[in-house]
Amino acid sequence: MTSLHDSVDWQPSADWPVLRLRAELLRQTRNFFHTQHFLEVETPLLSAETVVDAQIEPLGVRVGGGGKKYWLQTSPELCMKRMLSAGGKAIYQITRAFRGEECGPLHNPEFTLIEWYRVGDTMREGMDFLSDLFRALMKTSEAKTISYRDAFLEFAEIDPFTTDAAEFAQVATAAGLAVPAQLGDDMDAWRDLLLLEMVMPHLGIGTPTILYDYPASQAALAKVRDEPIPVAERFELFYEGIELANGYHELCDPLELEHRTAKANEQRTAQGRPALPQSRRLQAAMEAGLPPATGVALGFDRLVMLAAGKKKIAEVMTFTLDRA
Amino acid sequence: MATYNTSDFRKGLKIQIEGEPYMVIESNFRKPGKGNAIYTIRMRNLVRGTVLERNYKGGESVEAADVEEIEGQFLYRQGDNYVFMDTSNYEQYELSAEKIGDVWKYLKDGALCQMVLFESNPITVTPPNHVVLKIEYCEPGAKGNTATNVTKPVKVETGAEIYCPSFVNMEELIRVDTRTGEYIERVKE
Repeated sequence: MTSLHDSVDWQPSADWPVLRLRAELLRQTRNFFHTQHFLEVETPLLSAETVVDAQIEPLGVRVGGGGKKYWLQTSPELCMKRMLSAGGKAIYQITRAFRGEECGPLHNPEFTLIEWYRVGDTMREGMDFLSDLFRALMKTSEAKTISYRDAFLEFAEIDPFTTDAAEFAQVATAAGLAVPAQLGDDMDAWRDLLLLEMVMPHLGIGTPTILYDYPASQAALAKVRDEPIPVAERFELFYEGIELANGYHELCDPLELEHRTAKANEQRTAQGRPALPQSRRLQAAMEAGLPPATGVALGFDRLVMLAAGKKKIAEVMTFTLDRA
Repeated sequence: MATYNTSDFRKGLKIQIEGEPYMVIESNFRKPGKGNAIYTIRMRNLVRGTVLERNYKGGESVEAADVEEIEGQFLYRQGDNYVFMDTSNYEQYELSAEKIGDVWKYLKDGALCQMVLFESNPITVTPPNHVVLKIEYCEPGAKGNTATNVTKPVKVETGAEIYCPSFVNMEELIRVDTRTGEYIERVKE
């Protein structure tokens, strides 16, 4: 007869040297924010509202006898922005986030985010701060920066803002990519495919790289800057081809928030995903006055993975979903 | 028709592409944090053994392959066809010599094999990893020579030729590894 301890995955998926490094990086993160005069805050993981995003699936939980539905937060951004409207200046937290459909070498449905906001920061200042934090933790050089458009021009040799679906298809086919059958004329799906396959593998090799000025259609909750072709003041950090952080020069306009939430819900419905509640409380906080700010979320598990020289986040997490 | 969604993708899943059955050997999930997920699967064609890689957008679906694994007992050879019986329901299946490939070398009457059926038709037969076969003909054994590196061809009961150490003799039983076609050891009756 086989005993339970031979047949059941009871052991952590990370080893002790990695877990000690993880603890050390957590300590250094807190120390960094402390020296930068940030206040550590905690916000609820269970909340009646959640970020409405076309491509992120939150997990719903019924709470109490009445069975009201709450959402495990996909990031703490709604509550943290409400705290800025309530007088917060520079706040951060290290928290768990949940994304229902995400399982893979670099994804676990439950993961750890470092998220911070600082009132008054422009996008550029937010990018500099992100670079400083990353340098302090990873002992790398300062981050390089490249716009979303320039990165596509350099690595895929197309302009991501003016190219149409047929041209995207040509480039993808010429590069020998396996193209999903159902991309159609969904421009953001084409951009994401080329980003994953042709651009990302070149980003942050040896030197961390921040990609900025995203397509306005991918603004999420970032401000859109009015230009001949408007761009979202959104940025992302990559290191060794891996996406680590996402930041916004924050959208502060309550009507625009309502509009974007409605649009994201339309996209969700079209894809067969359930619509999510409007972000009423954040909207109210924006009406009361959300000061201009820049906020960033950084995936802590991936950072530890890179620091430890590992290839899968399972190797730096105590218990991934398959053995949790 | 049964289908699988991208969220069902995992190793071992059996799906159908352009009418052919495949088994997923590797599945990968990639996604820009805020963007569209790409599900990549590598899969092996269950008939031809070739490997194919495809990308899918989240939410896409693929047809499930009606693939079943059974235990098939080899009954007899009829011309160019090999006849097997499903040991669970006595259903009989015929496979052509072409589909059998090298497997005939290890098929003695009554051999229990793993068979894969696609839409109720047999597509592959896998013999047990080790089979015991009787030597039908060989040059006499070199008595006292226990070296295993000196080999000679030996004709076994199925008609196949297996290379064995020179000390084996006619009528003896040998164990053969069906994955490599190599002699392993002599077996006592």
